[in-house]
Amino acid sequence: MAQLFQMKPPTKMNISFKINGKAHSVDTDGDAPLLWVIRDVLDLKGTKFGCGKAACGACTIHVDGEAVRSCSFAAKFAEGKEITTIEGLGNAENPHPVQQAWIEEIVPQCGYCQPGFMMATAALIDKNPSPTDEDIDDNIINICRCGTYYRMRKAIHRAAELKNSTTSNS
Amino acid sequence: MKRIKTWLLFSPLLVAGIMVIGNPGSGTEPPHKTAELTTPDEAFDVMMQVLTHKRCVNCHPADNYPRQGEDSHKHLFGVERGVANAGMAATNCNTCHQDENNNYSGVPGAPEWSLAPLSMAWQGLTKYEIARSMLDRNKNGNRSLEELEHHLTEHALVLWAFEPGVNAEGIPREKPPVSKEDYITAVKEWIEHGAVVPDETTN
Ligand code: FES
Ligand code: FES
Repeated sequence: MAQLFQMKPPTKMNISFKINGKAHSVDTDGDAPLLWVIRDVLDLKGTKFGCGKAACGACTIHVDGEAVRSCSFAAKFAEGKEITTIEGLGNAENPHPVQQAWIEEIVPQCGYCQPGFMMATAALIDKNPSPTDEDIDDNIINICRCGTYYRMRKAIHRAAELKNSTTSNS
Repeated sequence: MKRIKTWLLFSPLLVAGIMVIGNPGSGTEPPHKTAELTTPDEAFDVMMQVLTHKRCVNCHPADNYPRQGEDSHKHLFGVERGVANAGMAATNCNTCHQDENNNYSGVPGAPEWSLAPLSMAWQGLTKYEIARSMLDRNKNGNRSLEELEHHLTEHALVLWAFEPGVNAEGIPREKPPVSKEDYITAVKEWIEHGAVVPDETTN
């Protein structure tokens, strides 16, 4: 049998960061996935666990504006960073263009993968205001077990449209 | 979106399921020969045993797809090189790879995780061709011999090959067949003796 590895004993450390605009300081194992800190310590349950090996994208968040898979991001790397989860993207009164587009296109089925897709999409349209189908294929590589890809593609184009119209109106 | 491996979603919870045996990422240590390398050609051979290993070549592809794993398969999920050798605009290397290996997810990491530029493609080349390409300033990022030595012996991303961590199943990745110390000694000796690429017809 192949030799497997032993986790290091946890090393507790204090980590300070901002999440959805609010400062937090947590004492935790610095090597623990940030996903667990977000869900279990800060009780923000919108970010999902799917695979735990950076394969599905359900745990996608933003760290300093960049899409990151939080199951593969050690909590210690969050020190001093600005983190955004799906809860911080927008709200019912003031939805983010991605959230608005998702509502318009009625994208979700079971919904489990959707926060990850929405965070990945928000990062995409930040970098690329008018993504083509090919850009979407190259950048949105999360997994939806319900197969909502077709509606998602429409929603991604719509989100870009909405974002561009808010930007040009402001 | 590429419809890839939907079965991966909700696959067994590897984080919790990893068995606990042995030391973190230890794998089988390559033999550390303290014996001196007697000739520059010998030093060349030791160095090239590392530089032709999959831990190095997987990130020196001859096309736009990183390789991964012991069988050097194309990186899953359709991951591509991108314009700056670090992936696409919103989904790039650092979406998943951080500055160190992650033992929870099994995702490898080191500072500046990225592909070598296409000019430094090694995939499919012989050890002699790799060495000649490495010495060619038009291909090696305009590195002098001194800079090349620094890159080969001190760059964290290069030395990651000797600390490759574990995969998502908790199994240590295969390391190059010589130790880091022997590799560094070999690179320095080879360069000190003029970085001569041996004649491949007589080797
Ligand atoms: S849970 Fe992080 S990528 Fe699947
Ligand atoms: S909506 Fe169910 S997994 Fe995507």
